[in-house]
Amino acid sequence: MSHAPVEVSRNFGMMAEFDDHQLLIKAAGAAHAAGYRKMDAYSPYPVHGLSEALGQAPTKISALVLLGGFLGCIGGFALMCWIAMVAYPMNVAGKPMYSWPAFIPITFETTVLCASITAVAGMIALNGLPMPYHPVFNVERFKRASQDRFFLCIEAADPKYDAARTREFLAQHSSEVSEVDA
Amino acid sequence: MSSHAATQPNLDRVQQIGLGAFGVGLALCLFGMMSNPEQVMRSYLTGYLLTVGLPLGSLVLLMVHHLVGGQWGMVMRRLLEASTRTLPLVALMLVPVLLSMPTLYKWARPEVVAQDKILQAKAIYLNVPFFIGRSIFYFAVWGLFVYALNRLTAKQDAGDADAKRRLNNISGPGVVVFSLTVTFAVIDWAMSLDPHWFSTIFGIIFMVGQALSTLSLAVICLALLMEYEPMKGLLGPNHFLDIGNLMLAFTMLWAYASFSQFLIIWSGNLPEEIPWYIHRLHGGWGVIATGLVVFHWALPFLLLLMRFNKRKAGMLAKIAILVLAVRFLDLTWIVQPNFSPDHFSIHWLDLAAPMTLIGLWIAFFVRQLKARPLEPTEMHRLAAAAGHH
Repeated sequence: MSHAPVEVSRNFGMMAEFDDHQLLIKAAGAAHAAGYRKMDAYSPYPVHGLSEALGQAPTKISALVLLGGFLGCIGGFALMCWIAMVAYPMNVAGKPMYSWPAFIPITFETTVLCASITAVAGMIALNGLPMPYHPVFNVERFKRASQDRFFLCIEAADPKYDAARTREFLAQHSSEVSEVDA
Repeated sequence: MSSHAATQPNLDRVQQIGLGAFGVGLALCLFGMMSNPEQVMRSYLTGYLLTVGLPLGSLVLLMVHHLVGGQWGMVMRRLLEASTRTLPLVALMLVPVLLSMPTLYKWARPEVVAQDKILQAKAIYLNVPFFIGRSIFYFAVWGLFVYALNRLTAKQDAGDADAKRRLNNISGPGVVVFSLTVTFAVIDWAMSLDPHWFSTIFGIIFMVGQALSTLSLAVICLALLMEYEPMKGLLGPNHFLDIGNLMLAFTMLWAYASFSQFLIIWSGNLPEEIPWYIHRLHGGWGVIATGLVVFHWALPFLLLLMRFNKRKAGMLAKIAILVLAVRFLDLTWIVQPNFSPDHFSIHWLDLAAPMTLIGLWIAFFVRQLKARPLEPTEMHRLAAAAGHH
């Protein structure tokens, strides 16, 4: 920031640093109560209760996985019917062509396969990955988010955001508050 | 007394209800004895297989809990331990079965064996003295584990630091011994009803069913106890979520094992195996089989898939009641067609006899439950260490 100002530096948001996850949850809860909505928290490991404190909507991933599993189930059963009755009909032990019990193992497998692929692909898509650039990495200390520090970033896109007042708010919870360049 | 009732669970009342059910059931069974003694014993066997599953399921879940840990096991530890301590009662409940073996088991009737080459060959294993000896052996082995586990957790609560390691050391081999003994026990008590038929996955289906019944019982007990101390302060939605997830896993495992047995026998279509399913998939028994697919698998599976159902104690308890009901239906479907393979037959004693056993069991279980504090001291210690208290 002390470099020669070429143009007005756009601001991504304001970031606060915490020593442990309980402080982070507390600050996130306070920020939500103060009316901030566009914000995100960063921690080295999953923290229970953080999503709730941030006021994040429940993830859509479970509904997606259910849908994926359902399609895999229907698809697998249809595939077996098509193979056994249309594409390659074969008399096995005098059983009828439509021998549904024999189709169940494949149906089960395609259900699990499609559900798990949906889970992984859906997770990546809903997280907006791959993401080659993210402004939070402009903060030098943010490297420690994957080691031993916890961060809360209130983004400038939030309607309530005001550089000075947001900094003041975060300073009540953390001794380390820095501006994030876009 | 009424002000007292608000803070303390009214266990005496539950005990009275259990004893009441026992009394009514016993009177009905004695009445049935006069007209149809054979039916009394047939229905009694279904009830027995349901009842014996509760202490056995509790025993194996306790051992798994000692091996892998987890809050789910800690909150239900005392319930499961009380349930395992009903084992002497459940052993005594087997006596009527042992006394009426020729009524129940074809291989115990000399005139049938004399006509049957296969049964003559199997007589070396399927004979009355050996059957009784094996049953005594199973209960002796289970009793040893029940005694050891209950004694060690009492020591652990008293502050014995070494108890945890010893619980671990017993539970590892215990799970293996349990699987083998239960497999043989259900081969004796249930599979040998049709002495020509065999299925190697039969034991697993029963063990999974026992775990499912036990988890359901635990959920119902916890939902009732959570309004009172000490459970009020201990139980949260996440405990029910964990137990609900276990119920989901066992529901899937039951379906997996039951369907595997069916698929293999259906594919092979061999004359010594397939009649078991022909009897059970046609007519009224076929309706029950469809009912099992819907209510023992599809419905609980869908309900338990949803997170909000598992986090609410009341909802999970309702699902648990459904599961216990279909456990009973499943055992009826396994046992009863042996006695009327060609036609569907349900007798009022099919309800009365199991009610007798379950009623007495509940009374005894609650009595055991009162014997020790509901909260294991160990749980308190762990919670304090994790900074939750």
